[in-house]
Amino acid sequence: MSSLSYLVSRLLQIIPTFLLVMVVIFLLVRMLPGDPAIAMADAKATEAQLELIRQKLGLNEPLVMQFFYFVKNTLSGDMGTSILLKAPVLDVIIERIPVTAFLTLYAVCLSILIAGPLAFVAALNKNRGLDIAIRSGFQVGLSTPVFYIGLLLLTFLAASLRLFPVGGYGTTFLQHLHHLMLPALTVALYTSAIIMRNLRSAVIEVLDADYVQFARSKGLSRSVILGRHVLRNALISTVTLLGLSIGNLMSGTLVTETVFAVPGLGRLMLEAIFARDYPLIQGLTLTFAVMVSLVFLFTDMVQAWLDPRLRLS
Amino acid sequence: MTNQNESLLQVRDLTTTFHSKGRALRAVDGISFDVRAGEVLGLVGESGSGKSISLRSIIGLARDYGTVEGNVYWKGEDLLTRTDKQLQCVRGSQISMIFQEPMTSLNPLLTVGLQIEENLKAHTDLDRRARKARAIELLDTVGIPSASSRLKDFPHQFSGGMRQRVMIAIALASNPELLLADEPTTALDVTIQDQILQLLLSLAKNLNIAIVLVTHDLGVVAQTCDRVAVMYAGRLVETGSVRDVLKRPQHPYTLGLLKSVPENIPPRTPLYSVPGTPPALDALPKGCAFAPRCYKAEDVCLGSKPLLSQLGDGISSACHFTADIREEVLA
Amino acid sequence: MTQLDTLQATTPQKKKLHPRVKALLRPGFLLGFFILSSSILLAVFPWAFAPYDPNAFDFNAIQKSPSWAHPFGTDNLGRDTLSRVIWAYQVDMQIAFFATFFAMVIGVVVGSLVAYHGGIADVLFGRLVDVTITFPFLVLVIAVVAVLGPGLTNMYVAVTLVQWVYYARLTRAEIMTQMTSDYASAGRVMGYSSTRIIFRHLLPNATTPLITYWMTDMALAILLGSSLGYLGLGAQPPQAEWGVLIAEGRNFITTAWWMSLMPGIAIVVTGLGFSLVGDSLADVLRPRGAS
Ligand SMILES: Nc1ncnc2c1ncn2[C@@H]1O[C@H](COP(=O)(O)OP(=O)(O)OP(=O)(O)O)[C@@H](O)[C@H]1O
Ligand code: SF4
Ligand SMILES: [Mg+2]
Repeated sequence: MSSLSYLVSRLLQIIPTFLLVMVVIFLLVRMLPGDPAIAMADAKATEAQLELIRQKLGLNEPLVMQFFYFVKNTLSGDMGTSILLKAPVLDVIIERIPVTAFLTLYAVCLSILIAGPLAFVAALNKNRGLDIAIRSGFQVGLSTPVFYIGLLLLTFLAASLRLFPVGGYGTTFLQHLHHLMLPALTVALYTSAIIMRNLRSAVIEVLDADYVQFARSKGLSRSVILGRHVLRNALISTVTLLGLSIGNLMSGTLVTETVFAVPGLGRLMLEAIFARDYPLIQGLTLTFAVMVSLVFLFTDMVQAWLDPRLRLS
Repeated sequence: MTNQNESLLQVRDLTTTFHSKGRALRAVDGISFDVRAGEVLGLVGESGSGKSISLRSIIGLARDYGTVEGNVYWKGEDLLTRTDKQLQCVRGSQISMIFQEPMTSLNPLLTVGLQIEENLKAHTDLDRRARKARAIELLDTVGIPSASSRLKDFPHQFSGGMRQRVMIAIALASNPELLLADEPTTALDVTIQDQILQLLLSLAKNLNIAIVLVTHDLGVVAQTCDRVAVMYAGRLVETGSVRDVLKRPQHPYTLGLLKSVPENIPPRTPLYSVPGTPPALDALPKGCAFAPRCYKAEDVCLGSKPLLSQLGDGISSACHFTADIREEVLA
Repeated sequence: MTQLDTLQATTPQKKKLHPRVKALLRPGFLLGFFILSSSILLAVFPWAFAPYDPNAFDFNAIQKSPSWAHPFGTDNLGRDTLSRVIWAYQVDMQIAFFATFFAMVIGVVVGSLVAYHGGIADVLFGRLVDVTITFPFLVLVIAVVAVLGPGLTNMYVAVTLVQWVYYARLTRAEIMTQMTSDYASAGRVMGYSSTRIIFRHLLPNATTPLITYWMTDMALAILLGSSLGYLGLGAQPPQAEWGVLIAEGRNFITTAWWMSLMPGIAIVVTGLGFSLVGDSLADVLRPRGAS
């Protein structure tokens, strides 16, 4: 099987899950008391405008048909009009995706840079002082809400020391890196705390593995053993764990965007909720689900790339 | 009496202790033996008797997870006092090791070629092309067909037996003088076991490599080894030349092991096995560790540990009643 | 041989503490236990510990930095931050319980039924798990809160709606491993009712992982509850809740940092208490021999 057909089959596997995702999102708005058309429209909408929405959502037809319309509209890119921003939901979302994607990717990279080396150090010093210190640190981190981490960084690094801007996104790539440094660090610290424990055991497992012991019995230098035999195997665990915690990571992103006023999807979601902008809420919920699925897919592919046993030839 | 000058490797009072949850577990307890150039020493014992840990202690792999004491003289120099870095030039070049599990002992992410060549890179001056040529030659020697095309393959593309051959190739890469072979065949099919063992022994004979062959099969020892050391619960209970030990065992445990080798008993009698199981490391008896399973055990066995002592015929045995057993066996 | 047996029986056994008891004496557990019991005391008897009325304005002490009189300082209305943090224990400890308990009950029931009966129900459940993990947890919870409206009760409903799936998944996995055991099949052969087999034989073996998970989940619930409070979707402002307190202090972060930072310490410490106790319980309740 080629990697292309692997990709295709993986995409096909997602379809049933996604239909259910659509059901959940569809039901979300129907859970509201009263006429969904009113929920999906501006408070000042005229009866004619409401009727138009009813038509589009098929509200006069049975629920199954309504769902069918919902899927059809969504697939054709029509997710309604945002009440808050008075613009098509799809446009609004597409405009914000790069910010959140940038922040997420940035956070993933920082998580690898934070959790990876620390897990290594902890594993190499198993049950000694340094290991215990690192583990305790992350246990405290695990009990710290992400908005509080963000607030601490904001207060000390941005507001007091003025090392970083207090919010925003910037326009050039370097500005993005600078502006999003603290938000990404916030999410990364939180994510690292989540994956640290498992990552440490994974590294310990690799260090004890027969193939590492065998490599040592060959008289290889420590740097070759760690760099070649341990690192890559540990990286696979890191990718797996990060993939599994992507839901957490995205939840963290949502909160962090609010704390740092980053104009991304997460902040938009909160704005939408306070404005009771249901078309936008629907669209955003779906977008987050798509992003998580893409990350799952991406994780699979990275694993296949790192691990020859998964590479189908 | 062994002449010290003849011995490549002299292990003296090797003791390896694990510390787990505040308890000290002694997996290897004061073992001593010699290996001479070119000879094959069999190390026999049941599962958990400490064979693998002994081998790993010798080349300094065990000290990561346990405390290793005693002396391991390699050509007169004590390996245990050397740092990991200093051991690098001994490991893989002078002393190689083959692991018990071919399925897990090769790195799944690296090609077989790389795993052979990194040994050569560490211990020889060969350049890349020469290393590749040598790797092909090694795979050829251990009997892997179309060797040159398999260098780029990953371990999972090889069968268990083939992986064990690859491991042998890696171990032999830099012409070692001593090979520590930890049950090189137990994980394999019976039909392949014999092939691998023969391969290993003929290569060792040709290249004049000494082997410590760990096994729990006295039948294998009888066929392949010059001398044998029997291990029980971390201690050596009997050592000597294979001919003598197998003909006139002086220790009840060796006797039991011998009785359980199918060839040694008349056909159609039920296969004997030593009753009971070895003691757990955290519940070792105060006296002879074998006492709970020993048909000859008496009070003295519970009170004090028998020491390994030299008897006639070059055999050493650790049993309070060696003399009696000797008479029984001879009778 | 009899001699041998008696000898072995009388070999002096050193009097040792049972390993489970020993695990409970570790500093981690002791600290966690201390934190949790103090938290419960503070939650039940806040008036006994709070030095001031949490809602009393004192216009002579506005935004006072921490001092002996006000160890945690005062807020923009002159209210004592320490007293407000103490009164918030009530709310946040409640969150820890209510945001997890119902999810656990529903999850355990559904999880065991699905595991026991298998078939189409199990397949559907598998799909449901797929869907649930496809949404970031917080996104799903706040989407439900968006529909129900902000507030503590709605937050409990939202969290329960999502979280029970995780409990069910855990229960199902535990029961599936138990199902293969002899007594479960023996029970079936004997014609016991499924309820009896599930509740008498299968579930008791799943309690250890469930309790451990519950402990961790209560810590997470406090984090989630305070996050929603901070975002304005959980407890609502006049109510003293740590996340709400932090949000109130956010606008004064440069002039009165203690308003935000002090309640956060309560969150961290309480969360730590739950996770320390959870970890130690996992060690204690784990069948001996497993590591
Ligand atoms: N890291 C460790 N910590 C604690 N105990 C250990 C450790 N490694 C091994 N042991 C114990 O040391 C004893 C000896 O183990 P070893 O692997 O040497 O046995 P073996 O003779 O090679 O057995 P087998 O024939 O099964 O390979 C065993 O009881 C084992 O449980
Ligand atoms: S010392 Fe005693 S118990 Fe041990 S082997 Fe000899 S006879 Fe048996
Ligand atoms: Mg072994």
